[in-house]
Amino acid sequence: MDTRSATEATTTMNRTTIERTSEQELVVTRTIDGPRDVVFEAWTNAELFRQWWVPKSIGVKLLSCEVDARVGGGYRLTFDNGTDEPMAFFGRYLEVSPPTRLVWTNEEGDEGMVVTTVTFEDHGAGTRLVVHDRYPSKEALDAAIASGATGWHAETFDQLDELLVKRGTSTRA
Amino acid sequence: MVQYPDGRLDASFAALSDATRRAVLERLGRGDASISDLAEAFHMTLTGMRKHVGVLEHAELVTTEKVGRVRTCRLGPRRLEDETAWIEQQRRLWDARFDVLEQVVAERRWEERNDGHPKRN
Repeated sequence: MDTRSATEATTTMNRTTIERTSEQELVVTRTIDGPRDVVFEAWTNAELFRQWWVPKSIGVKLLSCEVDARVGGGYRLTFDNGTDEPMAFFGRYLEVSPPTRLVWTNEEGDEGMVVTTVTFEDHGAGTRLVVHDRYPSKEALDAAIASGATGWHAETFDQLDELLVKRGTSTRA
Repeated sequence: MVQYPDGRLDASFAALSDATRRAVLERLGRGDASISDLAEAFHMTLTGMRKHVGVLEHAELVTTEKVGRVRTCRLGPRRLEDETAWIEQQRRLWDARFDVLEQVVAERRWEERNDGHPKRN
């Protein structure tokens, strides 16, 4: 068992933090090892993006991944989540400013468009990432929460826990 | 690790494992509705919708109140707790993502160095 509590993990350097900063905003932060230009490329190059956006541990399979990271360009991801209907996530890029800022829309939801803004800042030898999701309304974010918008199940998170514990003991100081 | 009291999360996940019930929660997120409103919106019989609402009510995701002949459904008391659990799930998802991103970035830098391309800076 991992003896660190979730709270401790969030406050450790370089770890992922998440906060609902307002009724309709969610902010995720993390510092990644590596320079901004390479980190930015990993968000905008489909070949690289598909390698990390859907970690194997979450138990859904990425079926397709199209990324056209230009202003007005689109992206479309489809997943096999074990049901008959593949899940699709899609939208378009509103701003692409390498290597500092990336803004896209999430248009798959019934609750209106979510806008995601990612900023990339130098942080020592690494890159500080801030992922900001703005939901169209308080009701839209509440509904996403109520419906478990990601569709992941309890078992999946147990698998994810195992993986994180393994990673924690093998690569983390 | 976040611990959940005895089986309540199980009841939530069981309730959320059904696409219709998730859609009902999304619908109630936009506003209260009667069982017959929901049955009509989802092209179901009243009996079928009552069963779905019953499962959601058991998981405390929905509460219902009968006024006269109409039973009104609204999102239930689990909302706040759910928010905490959901946010923690999202954090774990992003954390796993970022761990892999870090590996991808490291491999990419290694490739660039070994291709003999100057680093773009």
